[in-house]
Amino acid sequence: MKSTMGIILTGGKNNRLKELAETRSSTAVPVAGKFRMIDFALSNMVNSGITNVGVLTQYSFRSLMDHLGSGKEWDLDRRNDGLFIFPPSLTGENSGWYQGSADAMFHNITFLKRSFEEYVVIAMGNCVYNMPFDDMLDYHLDRNADITIAYRDMSDLPSEELVHLGSLNVDDGGRIIDFQEKHNDPKYKTCSMGIYIMRRELLISLLDECASHGKYDFVKDILITKIQTLKIFGYRFDGYWRNISTINAYYRLNMEMLDPKVRNELFDSKGKIYTKVKDEAPAKYNDEAEVTNSIVADGCIIEGKVEDSVLFRGVTIKKDVHVKNCIIMQETVLEENVKIENTILDKSVVLTKGINLKGTLKFPIIVAKNTKV
Amino acid sequence: MQNKEIIALLLAGGQGSRLGVLTKNIAKPAVSYGGKYRIIDFSLSNCINSDIDTVGVLTQYQPLELNAHIGIGKPWDMDRIDGGVTILSPYLKAEMGEWYKGTANAVFQNIHYVDKHSPQYVVILSGDHIYKMDYSKMLDFHKQNKADATISVITVPFEEASRYGIMNTDENGKIFEFQEKPSNPKSNLASMGVYIFTWEVLKEYLIRDNQNQQSDHDFGKNIIPMMLNEGKNMWAYNFVGYWRDVGTIQAFWESNMDLISRVPEFNLFDPAWKIFTPNPVKPAHYIGPNGSIKKAIISEGCMIYGKVKNSVIFPGAYISEGAVIEDSIVMTDSFVGKDTYINQSIIGENVKVGNRVKMGLGENIANELKPSLYNSGITVIGEGVFVPDDCTIGKNVVFDNGVTEDEICSLNIESGKSVLKGGKCE
Repeated sequence: MKSTMGIILTGGKNNRLKELAETRSSTAVPVAGKFRMIDFALSNMVNSGITNVGVLTQYSFRSLMDHLGSGKEWDLDRRNDGLFIFPPSLTGENSGWYQGSADAMFHNITFLKRSFEEYVVIAMGNCVYNMPFDDMLDYHLDRNADITIAYRDMSDLPSEELVHLGSLNVDDGGRIIDFQEKHNDPKYKTCSMGIYIMRRELLISLLDECASHGKYDFVKDILITKIQTLKIFGYRFDGYWRNISTINAYYRLNMEMLDPKVRNELFDSKGKIYTKVKDEAPAKYNDEAEVTNSIVADGCIIEGKVEDSVLFRGVTIKKDVHVKNCIIMQETVLEENVKIENTILDKSVVLTKGINLKGTLKFPIIVAKNTKV
Repeated sequence: MQNKEIIALLLAGGQGSRLGVLTKNIAKPAVSYGGKYRIIDFSLSNCINSDIDTVGVLTQYQPLELNAHIGIGKPWDMDRIDGGVTILSPYLKAEMGEWYKGTANAVFQNIHYVDKHSPQYVVILSGDHIYKMDYSKMLDFHKQNKADATISVITVPFEEASRYGIMNTDENGKIFEFQEKPSNPKSNLASMGVYIFTWEVLKEYLIRDNQNQQSDHDFGKNIIPMMLNEGKNMWAYNFVGYWRDVGTIQAFWESNMDLISRVPEFNLFDPAWKIFTPNPVKPAHYIGPNGSIKKAIISEGCMIYGKVKNSVIFPGAYISEGAVIEDSIVMTDSFVGKDTYINQSIIGENVKVGNRVKMGLGENIANELKPSLYNSGITVIGEGVFVPDDCTIGKNVVFDNGVTEDEICSLNIESGKSVLKGGKCE
């Protein structure tokens, strides 16, 4: 890929994810058995040959920092460039917290200025998809665009979730002619995927201009205001893409991983998805195990019945346990005779003998991290 | 450079010829084991878990796979500024170049590597055993006794003792006699091939041994007996725990099967003593709607649509609908077709087994070409083999690495037969 750098935005607090994002950034929410949300954007960048990546983070970033470390797992522990993490900081010029996405980038404009790549890819870190950015850059160059935004037909999402996205309309030539950010009644089913490509110099000048007007949101204050004056093109992506705007979206996303088509597209295509390695032993099934239509990560020990569920690393399922339609995160233990259905158990939860939990598909029960019931 | 108190030398040059087709293209330490590991991972992980961060790996036989596996030692945290892992292969010298002539000669040829770190002690390991051991405790024992050499021993049944190097010790553990594979063993303390030496002492013996034309240049046969004869202070360190030399097809299979018992004697799940290995970068495994897994270990990236029982399945294996895998080992990225039945077999890496194949059934007749290797009823399919649909395969059958469809002359391969690469059909 032509000289390109990456910026990953991690967003603010997401109350709709309830307990799951209480103590972690939504980009650090565990997904699909062993990954965190940010693994997808980051791996896509690495798979596109990007080796200079800045992660802008603000809300509860401890677990994100822990996950990313030096960037070793993504091969981003480099002599030059590599992975940079930018939490907010107080300086002579900076007032501290980021007010919005453009403000976050403006605070770290030195990073942009000091880099020498010609192009920059900006991506949200809380979306699941496998897409190399090379094709999108080719499209950007081909159209001679100022800015290219990746978009997708989101008809496969429930309409109540479209209100959390940026709905947009593209003319026949591919130019974006209308853009509504998080509108209560979006006009179009085609929505932005939160991925933008432009020249680095252009980004710097747009951020400068935005800041000088006291504005701070990249979408509202830059993209939408420039829709007439800049050549902003839409790049259509037809593959699998999900974000986790709500608990329901999160729950559904994990359940969709049980579909071989989705899994193959995400994990069996050319670009691999990397994540932090835990060096767990392979999963162990004992004689009584009865597992069907489920995902099971390394380090699990299973002696009970599991149906239609996603088990993260190091989960223990004891005898006479029955799990159905559940998401069970790392190191959680289900003791004998526990029965759970439509439930999300966060990390290191212990359900003691005989506990029964039953949510519904629409309203799954959530048990917060480190809870012992 | 900071001096190291102890460094490790890992002998990984052996072929392990009794593993047959499994070690045809790779050295024994590189053989896959336990669902995601290779045999050498255990020794390397033991080193780092024992705080030994400088390890020389001596390779000779088919080292490519091993070199690729070890790389710069990242998975074991041995990518260090000072020390870390170093691959030591035989090399040409000014006067002459030569292969490693024996275990002691291999170390002799790398004296300069050890001297560069000028350690007080060296631990000599072989890269082909399955065990978890804290070498730092053995070192403490060595220091307490002010020993010249300490040899780790394990208690074996007397009837098996004649297969090992046996240490005869006084009640405190001081060695007074060593017997290599004795027909009438006096004790049942078997050497595990783990030695700690005080480096200055060992160095002198290596140099002297090298001058002796009659010597086999072997630690067990030459160095240890010579040191004993000359009254060096040598101690046996008792190791208690799981230790296996997975040197034969049967031992290899059994040791893999040991891992699937309810409470395995050998626990891979110990957070305090993790076994490290390169990460395959695959998603968590998936079990289909009609799949079933009982008493098995399954690795990342597997897709299990069929039934798996009493088996060990490596990363990326695909078991199709209706297939049944019993008492078997399926290695990385292999594929098993629909309605295929596999019993007591070892399927190598990247093998494709077709639909409706029956494998590992029939009479237990030892292999005709190599009865000493394949005689325990286990059928072995070498890496990259293509097994066609509707094939019936007996017991103790072996498929050479990379056998293709044209090299398989009959769909009925009886017990004890071999299918060779380059074989012609009549």
